[in-house]
Amino acid sequence: MEIWYGVGNKMKNLLRHLKQFLLLDMLQGFGITLANLFRKKYTLMYPYETTPISPRFRGEHALRRYPNGEERCIACKLCEAVCPAQAITIEAEPRSDGSRRTTRYDIDMVKCIYCGLCEEACPVDAIVEGPNMEFAAEDRKTLVYTKAKLLANGERLEPTLAERLKKDGGYR
Amino acid sequence: MLDLLTLYATNLITWDNTLTLAWIVLTCLLVAVPVLLGMAYTTWFERKVLGWMHLRHGPMYVGWFGLLQPIADAVKLFFKEPFVPEGSNKLMFMLAPAMVFVPSLLAWAVIPVDKGWVVADVNLGVMYLLAVSSLSVYGILMAGWASNSKYPFLGAVRSGAQMVSYEVSLGLIILSVVLLAGSMNLSAIVEAQQGMWFAIPAFPAFVMFLVSILAETNRHPFDLPEAEAELVAGYNVEYSSMYFGMFFLGEYIAMITMSAFTAILFLGGWLPPVSVVPLTWVPGVVWFALKVVAILFFMVWARGTLPRYRYDQLMRLGWKIFLPLSLVWLVATAFYVKMYGNMVWGG
Repeated sequence: MEIWYGVGNKMKNLLRHLKQFLLLDMLQGFGITLANLFRKKYTLMYPYETTPISPRFRGEHALRRYPNGEERCIACKLCEAVCPAQAITIEAEPRSDGSRRTTRYDIDMVKCIYCGLCEEACPVDAIVEGPNMEFAAEDRKTLVYTKAKLLANGERLEPTLAERLKKDGGYR
Repeated sequence: MLDLLTLYATNLITWDNTLTLAWIVLTCLLVAVPVLLGMAYTTWFERKVLGWMHLRHGPMYVGWFGLLQPIADAVKLFFKEPFVPEGSNKLMFMLAPAMVFVPSLLAWAVIPVDKGWVVADVNLGVMYLLAVSSLSVYGILMAGWASNSKYPFLGAVRSGAQMVSYEVSLGLIILSVVLLAGSMNLSAIVEAQQGMWFAIPAFPAFVMFLVSILAETNRHPFDLPEAEAELVAGYNVEYSSMYFGMFFLGEYIAMITMSAFTAILFLGGWLPPVSVVPLTWVPGVVWFALKVVAILFFMVWARGTLPRYRYDQLMRLGWKIFLPLSLVWLVATAFYVKMYGNMVWGG
């Protein structure tokens, strides 16, 4: 039957044109966007809502103390040596009881790249990076953290810091 | 000379004349202020709906639910530096935004928002609306030319070509509706739809009209005049501050005007969907506003859904598909009207 040859193709073409003229594909697209209108939104209202933070999160630094109040840091300067951004400055001398302690422990938070190498290098878990990331300031001076500031951070965050080290402990 | 002027002025400023003038100013404000407010909240509405379609929240921080965002934006625009480029034609450059903004507000003189609620109930309302809404293309062309910069120029040329092309099919579709209603008075067209909205018998025309108003107001998917991927921002590249703000105002008011036009021509203006008791209690203005918002929603919805057309596709759609289709529709309507008379229901 020669006259039926290619009729299938013509039908297909016709249907294609019909589909185009009835805007079916567009209607489908409109349906998708309309459905999205009512779906749950992904955006987080940041200052009011936050995402959960991993125990490995590397935020603001802190110097920890032993439970008896003694500073952990023994001024070995491993962190200063390992710091790729050279953000840490340590000066040390023996204390009156003969133990080696830092007299100066500065971290320039502007230089710091938050790589966490200081934390890894520390043999006594003294310098750690905490979960806090909201410490933006209006000038660089306030972002040069001194020993006192770092120790204060440690005191403020000690429970979280300990928890964090415990959780990550199995993998270190 | 001065005597003549004083005489003229004293004769002009009578108590009656003052009252009339005050009344005119008041009516103008009564129309312009809601339209401007509506425009401000159209931007909010657009950002909100687009955000939701993208699974975002849209503006959330300024005011409850971001409701004060348009006001914050306006204040920001006012305090920006109005910058006029060195090589531009300064007068034309500064005049162009007004040429876009003013005609878009002028159109509201003939739009009836409720039975009898219209500034000028003229017999040629449809013509007036078409004429005024196509005036804004001059502003855009002026802006593109006066900026003396390549992107604005391309954007303006595109905009001009696009608006002219789509006005043809727009006019033909409107003509078919005018034939159905048997009048060019917008109120009469609304009254003619008491039994059935024209969107139902003239559904293909309604769809074509909706697409055409997207092109006419330079909206997605036909926003080629300001295609940010190719033209940065089209004809308003060089504009800043309130000059830009006026383009923005004009564009959004044109959107609202066109939505109102659609509501009047096809969706029965201020009439409720069915003339039954609980629906007729709702004031006509509310119905009208609801219909306008519905069409605005469609415009935003189209922006959230469709990618931008290529320029040749746009022209093909306008001249090779819409023009013949609307011509055929016009002829078919004319036949119908000749055979059975105007489609005036219940009137």
